[in-house]
Amino acid sequence: MPQYQNIFTTVNAVGPVSPGVALGHGNSPRSGKPALSYWLGKLGNAQIGPIYLGGLGLASIIFGTLAINIIGFNMLAQVNWDPVQFIRQLFWLALEPPPPQYGLGFPPMNQGGWYLLSSLFLLMSVLLWFARVWRRARELGLGMHIPYAFLSAIWLFLVLGLFRPILMGSWGEAVPYGIFPHLDWTTAFSLRYGNLFYNPFHALSIAFLYGSVLLFAMHGGTILAVGRYGGEREIEQIVDRGTASERAALFWRWTMGFNASMESIHRWAWWFAVLTTLTGGIGILLTGTVVDNWYLWAVKHGVAPQYPDVFPPVTDPALQAAPTGAKP
Amino acid sequence: MSKQPPFFSAARLMSLASVLLLSGCERPPVVSVQHGYAGTGMVQVYNPRTLEQQADQHKAPESTPPLPDDGPKAGQVYQNVQVLGDLSVGQFTRLMVNMTAWIAPEQGCAYCHNPANMAEEGKYTKTVARKMVQMTQHINTDWKNHVGQTGVTCYTCHRGQPVPKEIWFTANNAPRGANFIGDTAGQNGPAQTVGLSSLPNDPFTPFLLGKEQIRVNGNTALPSGNRQSIKQAEWTYGLMMHMSSSLGVNCTYCHNTRNMAQWEGGPPQKVTSWHGIRMSRELNLSYMEPLTDVFPAHRKGELGDVAKLNCATCHQGAFKPLYGAAMLKDHPELGRDTTLSAPVKAAKAALQASAAAPVAQR
Repeated sequence: MPQYQNIFTTVNAVGPVSPGVALGHGNSPRSGKPALSYWLGKLGNAQIGPIYLGGLGLASIIFGTLAINIIGFNMLAQVNWDPVQFIRQLFWLALEPPPPQYGLGFPPMNQGGWYLLSSLFLLMSVLLWFARVWRRARELGLGMHIPYAFLSAIWLFLVLGLFRPILMGSWGEAVPYGIFPHLDWTTAFSLRYGNLFYNPFHALSIAFLYGSVLLFAMHGGTILAVGRYGGEREIEQIVDRGTASERAALFWRWTMGFNASMESIHRWAWWFAVLTTLTGGIGILLTGTVVDNWYLWAVKHGVAPQYPDVFPPVTDPALQAAPTGAKP
Repeated sequence: MSKQPPFFSAARLMSLASVLLLSGCERPPVVSVQHGYAGTGMVQVYNPRTLEQQADQHKAPESTPPLPDDGPKAGQVYQNVQVLGDLSVGQFTRLMVNMTAWIAPEQGCAYCHNPANMAEEGKYTKTVARKMVQMTQHINTDWKNHVGQTGVTCYTCHRGQPVPKEIWFTANNAPRGANFIGDTAGQNGPAQTVGLSSLPNDPFTPFLLGKEQIRVNGNTALPSGNRQSIKQAEWTYGLMMHMSSSLGVNCTYCHNTRNMAQWEGGPPQKVTSWHGIRMSRELNLSYMEPLTDVFPAHRKGELGDVAKLNCATCHQGAFKPLYGAAMLKDHPELGRDTTLSAPVKAAKAALQASAAAPVAQR
């Protein structure tokens, strides 16, 4: 006799395929004939589609494809159109922003012009997708939690690629489009501005990021653990608290004295996730515009501790009028 | 109930995946050596197994017994000794033998000399060798801030090879011309020069040949006119990656990494390194670049530039070249100006003049 399980679900919960609720005036028809997938049913819902594409979705995909193609063809040109080298070096390749000397002007195409063009398309794609998420949430009568959460991520994206470069007066401050290059850029960013770890908004962002991970693990673990009592039916448990909810609450009250409720844990998770990129964006926006050296800022405000000297005294050799011993 | 629970196959899959993931890692042991105040992460990380494998590369050769300073000078006895004339004949011969062993052990004397006439100027290698002897003497006398009393010899860079293993040429960043698409901005290739990172892969041309500003940090908390960009920071970062891999050390060897730019309270190695950067730049400009037309085309770079030196040329992966073996003390002639002194030169000129005069009169 098959048994419903909620960990590595062995039985697909399937029913008749459903197109979803009827849509009102001004909506496009949904595309794709819904189908059932046994293997995807092991991870989530076995029904695939239909998808709501709509004008916003289509426009977003077109602009996104343009942006990705500009990036991809630039990378391909960098390896002299060799597909093998394209794959081998993919993690190193990037489309770089213009050199700083072009400021906020439009550089030659091969000196960052492609970068600005693809950035424009990428921005349009993301904003159109945001509008689509907003509209779909409205149409389904949902709260605006998902669009606002997405907006928080878009805020960080806009700070990095638009607001901060404009405030700094140079598109060259933007992030390169590449796997390793954007990581090396991140380190260079920290090196240039005197160690980002002393930026309090960076610290907040990390706290919320790691906090999100912790909350996710705690919540996921709790619900799976009380699944045997029907705990994964969270909405029902909010309305009509059963033994699953009671046991979950008791566990955390016993272990740490406090427990979130079946409802509030989702607010915890939402705020932690949203604040990660919100505070991160503030930290990036302040860097270079308001604060030039975060370490010195931390010293100024008594944040960075002083350690005893263990090395012989060292001074900047460039400051010596006549360097001793030998030629400079 | 003979069917195996699926959990075990999942566990097997996960252990296989972790083995695959770990296969990219360096095999332990890893030893960390404290290099600063306790608990601040100021450590040097080494793998003793790797160090042991590299030990032979950093061994200095046996030194030959010294020879007396007396007797006639090489400049008086031999023709056309322009730089080493002040050495005794014995010392001169000893240095020539050592140079052969250090630089051209397989090719022998004929790598630089015409065996039929050792004084002849024909080979480019002889011109280069003379300049390099002058460079070595210059390093040992004028760059003590970097090389200390340990000094350098030809072997520091050459290690038994006519061309030192670690040299650099200016990168050709537009190998297919100025195209409409595909500019790499001088970075984003898995380049050895910057430790396989995607950083700008020729940080040498701007910093070890040119005098571009390496410092990117401002020295005030709030903005006060420092216009160095993130892109410039990437170039500096590239140079630092080269230094780190050339010396086989972590950033913390020279920097207190919580504030890279700070000198006060940081490791003194940073000062040595500061002089090293200026030394490399000066040597490239004053000794290597002037040799550009001397070298044949096949010894030059893609852009026709001369081979140049960087930190790796001497260090070759060791924090001190040859782990600080002091070869210079056995070759004091490489630590001083050895051109024939003026009075001796004058006497020799007079001698040659009187020998030539009767010929002219005839």
